[in-house]
Amino acid sequence: MYSQKVIDHFMNPRNKGKLKDYDAVGKVGNPVCGDVMYIYIKVKDNRIEDIGWETMGCAAAIATSSMITELAKGKTLEEAEKITKKDIADALDGLPPIKMHCSNLAADGLKKAIENYKKGVKK
Amino acid sequence: MIYMDHSATTPVDKRVLEFMLPYFDKKYGNASSLHSMGQEAKKALEEAREKIAKVINADPSEIYFTSGGTESNNFAIKGIAFANKDKGKHIITTKIEHDCVLNTCKWLEKIGFEVTYLDVDRYGLIDSGVLEASLRDDTILVSIMHANNEIGTIQDMEEIGKIVGESNAYLHTDAVQSVTKIPIDVKKMNVDMLSISSHKIFGPKGVGCLYIRKGVKIDPLMHGGGHEGGLRSGTENIAGIAGFGEAMKIGEEERPRTMPRLEKLRDKIIDNVLKIDNTFLNGHPKKRLPINANFSFRFIEGESLVLLLDSRGIEASTGSACSSKSLEPSHVLLAIGLKPEDAHGSLRITLGKDNTEKDVDYLLKVLPEIVSELREMSPFKKDYGEFE
Repeated sequence: MYSQKVIDHFMNPRNKGKLKDYDAVGKVGNPVCGDVMYIYIKVKDNRIEDIGWETMGCAAAIATSSMITELAKGKTLEEAEKITKKDIADALDGLPPIKMHCSNLAADGLKKAIENYKKGVKK
Repeated sequence: MIYMDHSATTPVDKRVLEFMLPYFDKKYGNASSLHSMGQEAKKALEEAREKIAKVINADPSEIYFTSGGTESNNFAIKGIAFANKDKGKHIITTKIEHDCVLNTCKWLEKIGFEVTYLDVDRYGLIDSGVLEASLRDDTILVSIMHANNEIGTIQDMEEIGKIVGESNAYLHTDAVQSVTKIPIDVKKMNVDMLSISSHKIFGPKGVGCLYIRKGVKIDPLMHGGGHEGGLRSGTENIAGIAGFGEAMKIGEEERPRTMPRLEKLRDKIIDNVLKIDNTFLNGHPKKRLPINANFSFRFIEGESLVLLLDSRGIEASTGSACSSKSLEPSHVLLAIGLKPEDAHGSLRITLGKDNTEKDVDYLLKVLPEIVSELREMSPFKKDYGEFE
């Protein structure tokens, strides 16, 4: 059902955990649906210097959280904002169709974090 | 791998497999043929019928072979509905039935039948007073599962049998999960129909039966050559049926030894898993199948839990939406009052005769590790914060 890459990112998630010293967080999802993602970012010189996450969810939710950290790290905020759900799914060699909208929240989470950063909202 | 998903399916017992094999290539006759090989098949068919009838205290002539649990449940419900629609169009069932019962009922509603779906309490038990009050003169059928496939809760079928026995309605029970795990007596339970599936009891897939009490007015779903007393046409699956009969016989003979042992292992699982914080048991603490344990772990999601267990060599299942095709969490867990978030974090462990204490000890070692790994990743640690 899942690609090898999804399984790899699920079993060995990259950059997991809340950043100790973050500048903003993007919270998406709802426990009622089974998937909640918090994306934490640390910004330096308009670039994502560090990124971490906390996720409650299925393998796809965890794998997409892990993958977005690889895609976004080091990017400028403008570049990072442009990362789409499709980019994440493609980088994972695809997701089952049913998981595309419910568990693929990482792009929304990152956008929200950047939005909060620009507004100066930390929580 | 350690297999702990026996309510999903079971391996075929080696003795059952051996018993079946000759019917594929040596004794392959059609039970309707007059020649010797046909009569040999007919003999195997009738022997299987006898073995099954004996386990549930029925007469062999009351056993009708089907393709499995789904067909048996469809047959009982639609068969009664079609044959008795002049008597009434009201059916009573529960909110925690298997999808093959619920979706059959929903379809019957579309063609003019009226269905009452009984609520259950937090343990999954129906209220017999509510059942009694729901029965009407035009109620033609009550279908209540014996033991639930997800939470293992066992209904008091004898009491239900008494209540329905005083009405005009027929009583059907889905015993797919309970047979060979707990005693079944169709006379004591006063049921008119009872469904059994072979692959849940160490028999082959693709075969099952419906017990139909003599005199019940029911229509067939399969019309054809008049097999199974005209109620289920189609050349009989002799190898499957022979294996099913043997699996019933072995399962029932070994039940007094196997089930107390598994119940003890299951209790060990429950006692130890409940030591994990923010964890609770789903289903009834006592009135449950001896092989079943079902937990909710707050702040984590069941599909992740099942996949991580699998990666460490344990196979189990979950009622989380993420593992279903519908994106809805288990209707059973919602019916017993779980919040969706707690239904998502559920894990079902169902033991079988091959499970050992060593298997259970290994589960009890890795499960708490996996739960805490997932909770470490989760944004929620003590409560659902702003979502509470």
